[in-house]
Amino acid sequence: MLSQLGDDAKVLAGGQSLIPLMKLRFANPSHLVDLNFIPGTAYIKEEGASVRLGALTRHAEIEKSGIAARIPILHDCAAGIADTQIRNRGTIGGSLAEADPSGDWAAVLLTQKTEVRCLSPRGERTLPLAGFISDAYTTVLEHDELVSEIVVKNPEKNSGGAYLAFKRSAPVYPTASAAVHLAMEGDTCKDAAIVLGCVGLVPVKATAAEGTLRGSKIDDKALTAAMEAVRAAVDPQPDMRGSAEYKRKLAAALVKRAIEVAARRARGEQVEVSHIYA
Amino acid sequence: MPEVIEKVGIQLKVNGKPYSASVEPRMLLVELLREEFNLTGTHVGCDTTYCGACTVLMNGAIVKSCTMFAVQADGAEILTVEGLAEDGTLHPIQKAFGESYGLQCGYCTPGLMLSTYQLVSGNREPSEPEIRKAIAGNTCRCTGYQNIFKAIRLAGHKMKGA
Repeated sequence: MLSQLGDDAKVLAGGQSLIPLMKLRFANPSHLVDLNFIPGTAYIKEEGASVRLGALTRHAEIEKSGIAARIPILHDCAAGIADTQIRNRGTIGGSLAEADPSGDWAAVLLTQKTEVRCLSPRGERTLPLAGFISDAYTTVLEHDELVSEIVVKNPEKNSGGAYLAFKRSAPVYPTASAAVHLAMEGDTCKDAAIVLGCVGLVPVKATAAEGTLRGSKIDDKALTAAMEAVRAAVDPQPDMRGSAEYKRKLAAALVKRAIEVAARRARGEQVEVSHIYA
Repeated sequence: MPEVIEKVGIQLKVNGKPYSASVEPRMLLVELLREEFNLTGTHVGCDTTYCGACTVLMNGAIVKSCTMFAVQADGAEILTVEGLAEDGTLHPIQKAFGESYGLQCGYCTPGLMLSTYQLVSGNREPSEPEIRKAIAGNTCRCTGYQNIFKAIRLAGHKMKGA
């Protein structure tokens, strides 16, 4: 259908970003293809060592899902995106395909082993999420291609993740966000993944900060080094949400807290975190 | 020449009553409710998916009716503020908002009552954090929210056993 309608046609998932953008005339599609009436596109399933999420699965469904809660970082994200009304409509597939630099899901899922399954008239392909987002609001999806499913591998034993985002009020995009995943061996961090949202055109993988944690204990010294590396890694744009310096400090502070929560979860502790707002 | 936009026939239930309409696909759900069905209790506050004044219940879940197309509600069951009262008797949520002074100008109130409806439907004794989270998508510029929290707790209390 998309190939017939031409380049100006767009797909409509939850519509919680696209419809506001259309009202502002930032998006002006000639046609909208509404995916919401297609059955079987919203589900959360455990299969083998993975959780599979249909592209049209709403944030609220993920928030309530016992299967998704087994990967706590998924719950952190789903429970705090925007507000109740938006979580009831907005979808995980739409969020990834929109690739808003301030979106929540991409940063979270980039700390996990995540694959995106895409569907087009030419067939199906499975892409690692790391190669999926190419620029702000841009993915490698072809014009006539859709996200059909998101596959998240169960994290390994003795590992834990956490996602923290700060926003000025519930319905708005975060000012900065931090997703962290730690694999621990006793007190020592075996491996770390740190991805920051809202502080670059695409989610920023803080490679140097990850390096400071690898092989070290999660103590004040390691946290300070990771925060320093995060401040250097991010390139935030100053805007109405805050100056570049403010966002740099905020990102570092969120990373610190997320590391602490991830480490506690890796030890098996139950910790509840989500977005922070006034 | 203005482009002629083909209309689409839809059928839905609003406040328990069947409705049908022929609408342009670009029409928003809130416009359908207010302008076609004359259900003007659902308000348009910001029209930017922020304020929640347009909140309605669709198939048991609250949505911002300014951020959905009317055609997307084809086959849906919608509850608006007009559907809360039954036979001239106010719904416990409406009574609770009145008794607790949970409103001043009243503009945000219909949306807040629908958000309350979703919350207390599943939880008659919501904690303060649960209330705050449930209505985080509803902006009130008058009350300072304290009396709204009271109203929601009272609504849950009134609905116990119901």
